[in-house]
Amino acid sequence: MKKVIEGSHGVSEAVRLANVKVMSAYPITPQTHIVEALSEYCEEGLMDAKFINVESEHSAMAAVIGASSGGVRTFTATSSHGLALMHELLHWASGARLPIVMAEVNRALGPGWNIWMDQTDSLAQRDTGWIQLYCEDGQEVLDTTLMAFRLAETVNLPVMVVLDAFFLSHTFEVIDVPDQETVNEFLPEFKPSVCLDQDNPFAMGQMAPPPFYMEMRHNIQQAMMSVHDAYEKIEDEFDNIFGNRYGKLDAMLCEDADVVLVMAGTAASTARTVVSALRKKGVKAGLVKIRMFRPFPVAEMREALKNARMVAVVDRNCSFGVGGIFAQEIRAALSGTESRQKVAGFITGLGGRDVTPEILEEIYEAAQKMEDAPDEAIWVGLNN
Amino acid sequence: MLEIRFHGRGGQGTVVAATILAKAYFRAGYFVQTFPLFGVERRGAPVEAYLRIAQEKILVRSGVYKPDHVAVQDPKLLESVDITKGLKEGGWLLVNLPKPPEDQKPYAGYRLASIDASGIAVNHGLGTRTQPIINTALVGAFAKMMGDLPFADLEDAILEEIPVKGEQNVAAAREAFDAVDLIGSFSLIS
Repeated sequence: MKKVIEGSHGVSEAVRLANVKVMSAYPITPQTHIVEALSEYCEEGLMDAKFINVESEHSAMAAVIGASSGGVRTFTATSSHGLALMHELLHWASGARLPIVMAEVNRALGPGWNIWMDQTDSLAQRDTGWIQLYCEDGQEVLDTTLMAFRLAETVNLPVMVVLDAFFLSHTFEVIDVPDQETVNEFLPEFKPSVCLDQDNPFAMGQMAPPPFYMEMRHNIQQAMMSVHDAYEKIEDEFDNIFGNRYGKLDAMLCEDADVVLVMAGTAASTARTVVSALRKKGVKAGLVKIRMFRPFPVAEMREALKNARMVAVVDRNCSFGVGGIFAQEIRAALSGTESRQKVAGFITGLGGRDVTPEILEEIYEAAQKMEDAPDEAIWVGLNN
Repeated sequence: MLEIRFHGRGGQGTVVAATILAKAYFRAGYFVQTFPLFGVERRGAPVEAYLRIAQEKILVRSGVYKPDHVAVQDPKLLESVDITKGLKEGGWLLVNLPKPPEDQKPYAGYRLASIDASGIAVNHGLGTRTQPIINTALVGAFAKMMGDLPFADLEDAILEEIPVKGEQNVAAAREAFDAVDLIGSFSLIS
């Protein structure tokens, strides 16, 4: 049924429909409405689940690691400093091969103290072995959360569903919330391949000395690379049942584009209007929306960008000393290909600063005039 | 696509007013998007909320800077906040006022709509005389001002969004719908 709800509640509705059994969260800022709604669902009996309030995000992740080890479907949500505090246990979740799903609302890290949109918090966790999926609108948030459980449980790796603070989390829009029966068809009850069993006790996460550790890490890498096929199959099924598909990335009008804009999150939605307007003026603009970040869709990215003269990457994040993180990933993905596109990096929209159509037009025009891409990222929209 | 900005104070239900209208327009067959001014809301401090209404899926997800219309919940904000900032020429300015202003020059270039939302709220037992809950009266006036929102859709949205005093809130919206003073353009007398 179509409803006008917040992006945050798109996550909550998906988690309710996914029949999650254990959720844990630290309920104070930078937490969002996601877990507020979930705790209400538990209280009202809309979910047959245990909601564990804890004293920190570190403990929230520890609690779902414990529950997931016990063989039940688990969920948590966090943001910025909460995610940073979880860092140690993010490695634990993937190392223990636990299919935990977490919603992560992109918010800036302090100081300066700031609860607004910024991608650095989630991108800084790129090496923790979590699958990362970035969303553009409320429907995608709900659909991605449902797919995340299937994906996590197929490859035994945790999944982070990432959404922009405020521009997505606090924005009300029309979201189609499916019924329970349809969701059950797509997402059956979770049956773990391995879990703790009181009748046959054994230890998990034991010491792994040099003869074992490297093989375990190789297994994680292989599992991560298996996401590519697993994701395609899951999305085919999702599309058959719900009629929506998103791809690992979304290429818009890239075939004959001169300059292709590349970005993730809600800015990509705004960029669609900019690209359409430029096309009406006869300008050959294209857009790639990054959806899957880990594993990085190298083959799809090469294919989407193969005809572009210039690639303009819009990063709402910064790896200090290098520049935008998406730009780095795209340069790495394109290196060694014959087409040798130029990749210009643009940093804008940090800490909640708006990425307007005008900002994106400015970036497009700057990239269009470039013959060579500069080594350093260009900061757009700085105050004088 | 239409873009609307709401001015109010923290605790006045500004976001709720925008949400009721979003849900009402959705019921009337439109695509909608509504969001608050992103930040930390404090009781009594000026707040803003925004609403987009369109016939097609709304793709733009940045802020509203050039609204087509503006609605103001608290007349005192007229003195402290630049409520016409970015407002498109000829746009409606719906203000909660006890009676239409005598000096209409500040609104030159815009269309003024005046509604005594505070008085209507108090008459229907919504809030107190010092702190009336005026958002349902305001959205009733808004629906009449826009002319494209069936009252039945607004009524359903109010009942969906407001958990208490549903009947009184609908009655306040109805009274404001009938009573709003659509004064129109002042550009000719300025």
